[in-house]
Amino acid sequence: MNPGQESRGAAIDLESITKAYGDFKALDGVSLRIEPGEFMTLLGPSGSGKTTTLNVVAGFTDVTSGKLLVGGKSVVGVPAHKRNIGVVFQHYALFPHMTVGRNVAYPLTLRGIDRATRQSRVARALDMVKMGDFAHRYPSELSGGQQQRVALARAIVFDPPLLLMDEPLGALDKKLREWLQLEIKRIHRELGTTFVYVTHDQEEALVLSDRIAVFNRGRIEQIGTGRQLYDEPATLFVGRFIGDSTVLRGEARSDATSTALRIAGETVTAPRRLAGEASPVMLLRPEKLAIGRPGQGVASGTNRLSGMIAEAIYLGSGSKYEVRLADGSTAIVRSPLTGESFGLGEQVELCFDGADAKLLADDSTADTTLT
Amino acid sequence: MEMKPLTRVLLGLVCLLVAIWLVAPTLVVVPMSFNANKSLAFPPQGFSWQWYQNFATSPDWSTSFLNSLKVASIVAVLATVLGTLAAFGLDRMKARPANLLRMLMLTPMVVPGVVLAIGIYAVYLDTKLVGTLLGFVLAHTILALPFVLIAVSANLEVFDRRLETAAASLGAGALTTFRTVTLPLILPGILSGLLFAFATSFDEIVVSLFITNPYLKTLPVQIFASITRDADPTVAAVGTILLFATTILIGGGMLLLGRERKGRL
Amino acid sequence: MSASEPTSQPAGGRPAGAWKPFALTLPALVLLAAVIGYPLLTIVLRSLSEPEWGVQNYAWFFGAPVNLTVLQRTFTISAWVTLVCIVSAYPYAYLMTAVGPRVRLVLVLCVLIPFWVSGVVRTLSWVILLQDSGVINSLLRSVGFSGVRLIRTQTGVVIGMAQVLLPFMILPLYSVMKGIDLRLMRAAESLGARPSRAFFTVYLPLSLPGVYAGAIIVFILALGFYITPALLGGPRSTMLSTLVQSQVLSLLQWGRGGAMGVVLLAATFLLLALAAPVMRSRHREAGRR
Repeated sequence: MNPGQESRGAAIDLESITKAYGDFKALDGVSLRIEPGEFMTLLGPSGSGKTTTLNVVAGFTDVTSGKLLVGGKSVVGVPAHKRNIGVVFQHYALFPHMTVGRNVAYPLTLRGIDRATRQSRVARALDMVKMGDFAHRYPSELSGGQQQRVALARAIVFDPPLLLMDEPLGALDKKLREWLQLEIKRIHRELGTTFVYVTHDQEEALVLSDRIAVFNRGRIEQIGTGRQLYDEPATLFVGRFIGDSTVLRGEARSDATSTALRIAGETVTAPRRLAGEASPVMLLRPEKLAIGRPGQGVASGTNRLSGMIAEAIYLGSGSKYEVRLADGSTAIVRSPLTGESFGLGEQVELCFDGADAKLLADDSTADTTLT
Repeated sequence: MEMKPLTRVLLGLVCLLVAIWLVAPTLVVVPMSFNANKSLAFPPQGFSWQWYQNFATSPDWSTSFLNSLKVASIVAVLATVLGTLAAFGLDRMKARPANLLRMLMLTPMVVPGVVLAIGIYAVYLDTKLVGTLLGFVLAHTILALPFVLIAVSANLEVFDRRLETAAASLGAGALTTFRTVTLPLILPGILSGLLFAFATSFDEIVVSLFITNPYLKTLPVQIFASITRDADPTVAAVGTILLFATTILIGGGMLLLGRERKGRL
Repeated sequence: MSASEPTSQPAGGRPAGAWKPFALTLPALVLLAAVIGYPLLTIVLRSLSEPEWGVQNYAWFFGAPVNLTVLQRTFTISAWVTLVCIVSAYPYAYLMTAVGPRVRLVLVLCVLIPFWVSGVVRTLSWVILLQDSGVINSLLRSVGFSGVRLIRTQTGVVIGMAQVLLPFMILPLYSVMKGIDLRLMRAAESLGARPSRAFFTVYLPLSLPGVYAGAIIVFILALGFYITPALLGGPRSTMLSTLVQSQVLSLLQWGRGGAMGVVLLAATFLLLALAAPVMRSRHREAGRR
């Protein structure tokens, strides 16, 4: 987003959008406001409703109920070809019988733009995606990454105020994907239009987005910046979907200011309580857990849990451990390269500050959707 | 798979015989058409163009040839339109009803020709369609329809419908999408359907024999009559003309296709 | 492919009602009903109603030895044609898979050339080739056989029909053989099978779906043949179609001709119905490969 600068993008408002297929609700009351020029990512597992939301905005899918405004105007009932929204598909969808140049010129021809203007705009769009030399090639002669860049040029050449991308990098390999992520970020900066990006890859979402909407079972669980979602997850699902996490479950006792969990004979406490009646769980990020040998008296924190190293993964910049706790659940700990290293099967002790533990309402469905 | 030399030679020999068996009847008419005598005995005697002259000047032959051209042209267009529409419908239908309807539409290929012919003849007698252009066109269209359906369906099967969604997102309405994306990509199927339909009608004989009358004869009917009546080498001349016309058409088509493909690479 | 959501298939850009695709097929269906459905129905009705209501025409058909002979001959000739087609198409289709692209093009052309020329003209060619003074007899005479009668015999009819139907055998066979992984043969040989044994235990079973599909098509088409037997055959090689034609056109016996037609039609559809399930399971088997 370019704060301050007058944005060329359109604002989008979704208000309680519901899409039902018989008894099944693909979208169940989705509300979302996307600011002009914002890079918004719709993130979630398969079948969570993120692509359906994109198709609703693009006009490929009609809604059962709810309001949809693009640039302040309702577009419900407006067919896809009259919405003037750019779409980039995972499968490229380049027309195989047209050259790259004619593919990119296609939306301009439809809009009756004269030949000279058309040529200069096609050239500019192809230059922007660094495909200027390929105008006379056919799509079948290009690699996947090149095809997707042409598809991107075709979707932006008619200056749509809104660009939708449906897992555009899903079919590409990791290195190419990372490079194209940066390219997309650059193009977003240069264009200043609103981007809505669908992915199931949380790392990709964190790299690209101004804000992320996390989808689960046809609903939005939380909307926020990557940092907000990581540090302050609103639900257990969000906490588990974004980044690594350890979830502690146990027999809970709460008083006015604190919550204690009893886990296989050991007790941990956090200086907070959960509003309402839901049973609380604690969610901990790997870097908030300290690892040490039993009785070594690890520096920080008041809470201790004993466990055994179940998996040790060398990451280059440090190590990641999966620790089997006494109740059978698994904790994930990251330790810097400078720290001590531990072997498989070794007994360890985990310590953490109760203030670092997020108290969240338990949600058994969070586990099933993620696996 | 490695073969012993003997097996290899035997296989080659058998296949050569099969190839001769396939091709010889097509080619044997060529020398016969220049026969100097009015006989179909092989080998032909002498050389003359008279049977070609006869084809061009005898009203029986030239009218039936023109009739066949007329009927086949109308049938090609009609069957291609109906077959393409139906292929689209079936493509966009649920699998179960689509399969059922497809089987139904392919029945003209398996119904024995004579059974169909007496049925159509019976109906045409009642409706006074015997020996009419409309009668020929209707009967031939239904026989050509399956070929169009098969050709267009095969093309639709490999057509990526997501391209239509993409076209819509770029601002193309349903008709524009069809004209600029769908049609160009399934055109090969439609054209081969058109060709098949034309050939089917031009070649149709069984039903034609029943619904013909002295006022409207197609070329195959005339050929059949000529063969059963006397040993007239004009038939061989007609066969030769058809052979060369088809060869030029198909050869030209293949050259065009080849050039287009090369242009794309 | 990565996670694309099952519930989110785009509606193809245009929200179409379920009736729209059906409407597209309607013109073809109407024509089909008028030009195939109604005539066939007429024939069935006439076979049951002329000269009066009842099954007399069928009783006549199955009661007269002449008719039964023709019926049996129709099946015999079709079986012979199918057999000849299998035996000659199998090595040919195999060779098509084994040679380079240039030779393959020539072989494919040889299969397609018969389609280039009118079917009636082709039958005329067979008259020229098979007649007593024809090419084949001259050839036979030159190697010592004399006076072999081909025209107006069953042998002549089978030779002519098989040539017309051969492409319908070669093409399905070729498309199946093309898909057979030849490494399987090498695998069989590495396991100790002689080449001939590897062929009979591995290649042949894998190619059977093609044989089966081709045989069904050829047999069904052969049952309904009319022109070739009419021109190449004699009184002792009459097939059912010719009988139907003469009942209707020469004797004006619509009831009897209709009954024969219905028998022919029923035999065709019965065969198709019997073949369909086996064919489907064969396809699945081939797909699993």
